Amino acid sequence: MNSDKRICIVSGYYGNGKTEFALNYAISMASKDIKIAIADLDFVNPYFRSREKEELLAKHGVRLISSNIKESGSDLPAISGEVSAVINDLSTRVVLDVGGDASGARVLGSHKNHLTQGQYDMFYVINANRPENSTAEGVINNIKEIEESARAKFTGLVNNTHLLQYTTVEDVVKGQRICTNVSEITKLPIKYIVASKIITEQLPKDLEGEILPINISIREAWM
Amino acid sequence: MAKILMKGNEAIAEAAIRAGCDCFFGYPITPQNEVPEYMAKHMPKSGGVFVQAESEVAAINMVYGAAGAGFRVMTSTSSPGMALKQEGISYLVGAELPSVIVNISRGGPGLGSIQPSQSDYFQVTRGGGNGDYRIVVFAPSSIQEAVDLTIKAFDLADYYRNPVILLGDGMIGQMMEPVEFNLSKKTNLPKKEWATTGTNGKRKPNIINSLALASEDLERHNYKLKKKYDEMEEKEVMHETYKMDDAEIVLVAYGTTSRITKNAIDSLRESGIKAGLIRPITLWPFPNKAFNEIPKTTKSILVVEMSMGQMIDDVKIANEGRLPIHFHGRPGGMIPSPEEIAEKAKEIVGGAK
Repeated sequence: MNSDKRICIVSGYYGNGKTEFALNYAISMASKDIKIAIADLDFVNPYFRSREKEELLAKHGVRLISSNIKESGSDLPAISGEVSAVINDLSTRVVLDVGGDASGARVLGSHKNHLTQGQYDMFYVINANRPENSTAEGVINNIKEIEESARAKFTGLVNNTHLLQYTTVEDVVKGQRICTNVSEITKLPIKYIVASKIITEQLPKDLEGEILPINISIREAWM
Repeated sequence: MAKILMKGNEAIAEAAIRAGCDCFFGYPITPQNEVPEYMAKHMPKSGGVFVQAESEVAAINMVYGAAGAGFRVMTSTSSPGMALKQEGISYLVGAELPSVIVNISRGGPGLGSIQPSQSDYFQVTRGGGNGDYRIVVFAPSSIQEAVDLTIKAFDLADYYRNPVILLGDGMIGQMMEPVEFNLSKKTNLPKKEWATTGTNGKRKPNIINSLALASEDLERHNYKLKKKYDEMEEKEVMHETYKMDDAEIVLVAYGTTSRITKNAIDSLRESGIKAGLIRPITLWPFPNKAFNEIPKTTKSILVVEMSMGQMIDDVKIANEGRLPIHFHGRPGGMIPSPEEIAEKAKEIVGGAK
């Protein structure tokens, strides 16, 4: 994790679990006393956005940069000016939580001047239990579409294959297989494997990528 | 088939395609946008038609046209868009056109908010359109149920030659859950001999119309429609009960709210209060019978809605004045927590002792 670039862009097909990964990644960094902010650039999804988790993030010392229109009833494409500021602030790490698929990734184009190739990580989050990402071909199509509209290149893959509370070790292993196929074709390394702690403890030891045990925070307990 | 993870809106769209939906007409509005988005992408692949209409009014009239020509048709919208469709819905009923109408509802009145709400209960069960009409309304509380009911909606629509409404609050549209698509055995549905499919010069033209020039004819037509509503009331009622056997307080909730309420019931039972749930799955016809079967142990009813109180009217009708009815609601796109529902129930039970 320490070798990751200062700027971490999280993208992928919508519903693949980008926000959950982004929140857990930022909190995990902050727990190592690393200064980090998370910028919610999602203007595609109306619900389940990282801006809803301000309290949780503050508790862990993660700064949240939300839309400049704060109300929950808004799905306006309004991105705070603070985002450019934090991208250029060399004293802090930042996670850019980008909204779903190619239309959501368009927002990155507007920050193109601040994003220099080699200066950032851009992770594609994969959940192989999502129908669009259940094959390497599907994932690669999405990767191409997003790269085109984001005008930025991915640098790594995140295996976030799950079925919510019904996730099994087999789900994660199946996702890893698809990530490996994608990796062989695209040459993108598998950077992280994400799952709840119980699942990560049972995973085979020789999988490519750092294991990031996560807590589910974006779904309410009653769901 | 292995389960896949889908957002409610996507799952409803996929279920419609699997159910043989030929045409989809819609207009974007949050929080149901993934339905037309999915349809735009996938309908052409299945040989179907997707049209983004210029408005909700246009969309519902396209539904009228395509349903009249005998196709399986769906439209989808959210609350303010549903308001715009009302005239078309009344026409669909009048002309006896099968169709599936999805409302992923949000806070109101007016343009309101994009957050989940259940304040369209009156709109869907009482009808915002004119005339004597009834429509079966399904209110799923999980994504799997949304899938199953969408598939069922197409069959019911064809069987009764009437629209069917699928009402999910915004959370049902946006939430993700594992789903699988089980197409139950094909119902034996009659051929659509009434449809405007071209006469080939072999029969009289079929006419799709909701206008009657003679009042006597219209009266007869209304009696005919009423027979269908009676059959729906007899056959189509669906509900679920949860921990009702020894309940001292019965909660009534549907859709997302029923899930939250189940959590409240579990925590109430842990603290020694015997709570149970009646969950209407069809909002019309309403499960009146479930209220006749409330156990003798029950002293009060608590209705929970994401509204200022709409389903409570049907609960009052079903209750027939037997038990005191209380209400807890959150309007405007706010979601009640299990804790606040449990608190309200405790207040009521404590007060009754």
